[in-house]
Amino acid sequence: MLAEDASFTVTHVHPMRTLDGITLPHVLRFLRFVTLPGKKKMAARIHGGAGAGAATALSTFNPKKLVAPSRTNLPAARSSKRCIVAAAGSDASKSLRVGHSQKLIANAAVATKAETSATTGTGHELLLFEALQEGLEEEMDRDPRVCVMGEDVGHYGGSYKVTKGLADKFGDLRVLDTPICENAFTGMGIGAAMTGLRPVIEGMNMGFLLLAFNQISNNCGMLHYTSGGQFTIPVVIRGPGGVGRQLGAEHSQRLESYFQSIPGIQMVACSTPYNAKGLMKAAIRSENPVILFEHVLLYNLKEKIPDEEYICNLEEAEMVRPGEHITILTYSRMRYHVMQAAKTLVNKGYDPEVIDIRSLKPFDLYTIGNSVKKTHRVLIVEECMRTGGIGASLTAAINENFHDYLDAPVMCLSSQDVPTPYAGTLEEWTVVQPAQIVTAVEQLCQ
Amino acid sequence: MATAFSATLPLHGSSQENRLLLPPTRLPPPSSFLGSTRSLPIRRLNHAHAARRSPVVAVQEIVKEKKPTNSLLITKEEGLVLYEDMILGRSFEDMCAQMYYRGKMFGFVHLYNGQEAVSTGFIKLLTKSDSVVSTYRDHVHALSKGVSARAVMSELFGKVTGCCRGQGGSMHMFSKEHNMLGGFAFIGEGIPVATGAAFTSKYKREVLKQDCDDVTVAFFGDGTCNNGQFYECLNMAALYKLPIIFVVENNLWAIGMSHLRSTSDPEIWKKGPAFGMPGVHVDGMDVLKVREVAKEAVSRARRGEGPTLVECETYRFRGHSLADPDELRDAAEKAKYAARDPITALKKYLIENKLANEGELKTIEKKIDDLVEEAVEFADASPQPGRSQLLENVFADPKGFGIGPDGRYRCEDPKFTEGTAQV
Repeated sequence: MLAEDASFTVTHVHPMRTLDGITLPHVLRFLRFVTLPGKKKMAARIHGGAGAGAATALSTFNPKKLVAPSRTNLPAARSSKRCIVAAAGSDASKSLRVGHSQKLIANAAVATKAETSATTGTGHELLLFEALQEGLEEEMDRDPRVCVMGEDVGHYGGSYKVTKGLADKFGDLRVLDTPICENAFTGMGIGAAMTGLRPVIEGMNMGFLLLAFNQISNNCGMLHYTSGGQFTIPVVIRGPGGVGRQLGAEHSQRLESYFQSIPGIQMVACSTPYNAKGLMKAAIRSENPVILFEHVLLYNLKEKIPDEEYICNLEEAEMVRPGEHITILTYSRMRYHVMQAAKTLVNKGYDPEVIDIRSLKPFDLYTIGNSVKKTHRVLIVEECMRTGGIGASLTAAINENFHDYLDAPVMCLSSQDVPTPYAGTLEEWTVVQPAQIVTAVEQLCQ
Repeated sequence: MATAFSATLPLHGSSQENRLLLPPTRLPPPSSFLGSTRSLPIRRLNHAHAARRSPVVAVQEIVKEKKPTNSLLITKEEGLVLYEDMILGRSFEDMCAQMYYRGKMFGFVHLYNGQEAVSTGFIKLLTKSDSVVSTYRDHVHALSKGVSARAVMSELFGKVTGCCRGQGGSMHMFSKEHNMLGGFAFIGEGIPVATGAAFTSKYKREVLKQDCDDVTVAFFGDGTCNNGQFYECLNMAALYKLPIIFVVENNLWAIGMSHLRSTSDPEIWKKGPAFGMPGVHVDGMDVLKVREVAKEAVSRARRGEGPTLVECETYRFRGHSLADPDELRDAAEKAKYAARDPITALKKYLIENKLANEGELKTIEKKIDDLVEEAVEFADASPQPGRSQLLENVFADPKGFGIGPDGRYRCEDPKFTEGTAQV
C-alpha cells in the first residue's frame, strides 16, 4: 500500500490509557508513525533503557559519519521493520523496555546537537507531547495568569494528552473545558487576554480553528493595532495539524498557509521535544499572539531534553544538519522526511544543509540567508499545499532577498492541491516523500 | 438562579405587531422578581393564556404606574447626570453628521441618535473598572463610559490624538483607561470578547483570589441575535455564570432588513431562558426603565449569579450609517418613535417631578454644545499620524517582525521607527 520498497509495518502499538483507564482506539492510529525507509536497510535504532546509549547516539550525531550508521550499545533488533510505538502516555521510562515491540523511529529528532543538552549527560527523556505539557505546566506554575481553554483539555486531559493532569493540579477554571464553539471560546480567550490573563487556547485539531477564523484574523491579529496599542493580546493558539494517518481531508489540514497573511500574529511550528517545550514556553511569555503548530504524527517522538529551564527563540530557525551543497528548508513533520532523504543523499555523496525554519511567520532570513549564500541552491520541503503555502511565501522571500546568490531556481516541494484522500495510497501521494526529495536534490545539484 | 424579571404590561400605550399583547390580568409588583426560571413547569402552548405562564416575561411599566409621586426613581443629581449624558450623545452624533458631510471624516459612520437611553441607562451605573463592549455604533457607548469627546472626535478625524491614535476609526473606539473594549466592525465578534472580559473577572476572583466584582456589558443589535457567536456566548456565559449583561439594542432594522423578516421568533428576550438566564424586555426609549432593569441585571452579575439578557426596544432616528439613504423605513414608524424621543421624555419627567427646571437643562445643553464644538476644534487642530506610526502597534513586541537578512531584528532597523522599513 505504500511505496514499493517499503518494508515496514507497525508492530506492537502500546495502547494509550486515559486518566480513567479507557483506551483510545482513535488515538492509537496516530501513533503509527511510519516513515518510508530508503533503499538501504537500516537497523532500527532504539531509544531505550536508561537512555544513555541511545541518547548519546541522538545527541552526538555526527553528520560526517552518516554513511556508517552508528549502532547503539543496546541490542538492536535487526530488521528492516521500523515503527513508532506509542509509548504509554505518562511514564516514559516504563515504556523504555528494549524489545521488539518498543522500537522507535530512528531518525526521529536526529542531530539537534546544537540545542540539546544531552552532551552534558544530564537531562531527561520524554515524548513530544510530554515536552509540551512540561513547558505548559512550568509556565502555569510561574505565572498564575496563564490558563488553558479548549475542548476536552480539562478532565479528559487533552485529546493528545498535552494537558493531562493539569486540571487536577490547577483546577477547572484554569484548565477550562469549553463547549464546542471555537469562534466563541477563541474570542473569549482574546477578551481574557485583553483584560489581563494569558490564555493558551487549544484547537483540538488545527482544522477546527477555521471556525475561529473571524476571531483570529479580526481580533487576535488586529486589535492591538486598531486600539492604538492600548490592548495587548498575549494568547497562544495551539493544536495539531498536518496530514496524519488516513484521517480524511478535513482532519488533515495545514492551516499555517491560511493564517500566514494575518498581520499581527506570529506562527511557529515545533518538530522535536526540545523545540516543542522551548517554543511553548516562549510563546506563552511573548506579548504577541502566537500560533503554535504541532503535528498529529509527531507527538510520540522521544528525545532527551535539558533539566534546566530553557526557551527557544520564536523568531529563529534551527540548523539541523550543516552542509555545503544545497540548503533544504523545511519544518514540522517534513523535517523527518528530509532527514531520511539526507541519509540517502549522503550515501550518494551529497552534503545537504538542513534547516528547520521553525518560525513560519516571520521567516528567519538571517539563518536562511547565510545558508543560501553558502550553498547557492535552495530546496523547500513542506507539507502545505502547492498554492499559497508557506513554501510559496518562502520562495518569494528568498528570491527577493537573495536572488544574486542563487545558482539555480528555488525549488519547492509541497503537497498536492488535493483534499487529502482517505485511502492510504492516495494519501501518500499527496504528501512529499523522501524519494522525491532525493530526486529534487539531484536535479538541483546537476 | 435567583431572579427573573416579572411583569407583563404592554409598552407605552401602543401595541406593536410583533409584540405579544398580554392581557393585563394582574398588576406587576413594583420591584420584585420572580423565582428561578428552572423551577417552572413546561407551559402548555395551546392554552389561551399560555403567555402568562411563560417563565420569564417582559418588564414593562415599572415606572409609569406604581410609583407614588413622592418616591421617585432618581434624585436630582442622578437626573442631571443622565440628562447630560444623553444630550452629549445626541449633540455629538449630530456634529458627526455635519463633519462627515463637510469631509472631515470618511468611511462608515454609524450614528446612535434615538438610542441614547440604552447607553445612558446602563453605562451610568457602571464603575470605571467595569467593561463595555460595543459594535460599530459605538461613539456614544465610549462617551458614556467616560472617553472624552475630544478623543472620540479626533479618532473620527483620524488624528494622532484620537483614542486609538487614529488607527481604529469610527468602528473601533477603545480605551484602556475607561475599559472600553471596542468597537467592532463585524457584528457579533465583540460578544466573545465581552465574554472573555467577564471570564477574567471571574478568574480574578476565584483563581487569583482578588477582590473583583467587575461586570461586563455587551451591546449589540437585533441583527446580531441571529448570529452563531451570540448563541455560543449565551451558552458559555450561563454555563460558567459569568458576570456579563447582554444588551440587545433592538431597533428593528439591520441596515435594510427588518427584524421581522429575518427572525423566526422576533422576541429576543425569550432566548435568554433557553440558555438558563433571565430574559428581560424593556422599553429602550425610556431611560428610567432601562436603568431599573440595568440595576437588577448589574447587581445580579456582581453577586455572582450569572448573566442576563436584556432586550431594549429602541429605534435609530437616522439611517444605518451616513451612507444609508434610509428609504425602506416607513415614515409613520419613524414619526411614532420620534414622539418617544428619550431626551424629551426625560426632560418632561425632570420638569414634571420638579427635579430640574428649564434653565438648568438649558445650561446643560449649552455646556454640551460648547464641549462638542471644542472637541471639533481640538480634532481639527491635531496633527495627522506621521509615517513613523505605520509599523508601531502591529505587534506588542515588535520582534514579531522577525530577523532580517543582515541578522538584526527588523525593528532595530532605524527605518522601522520611520515607518519605511522593509518588514
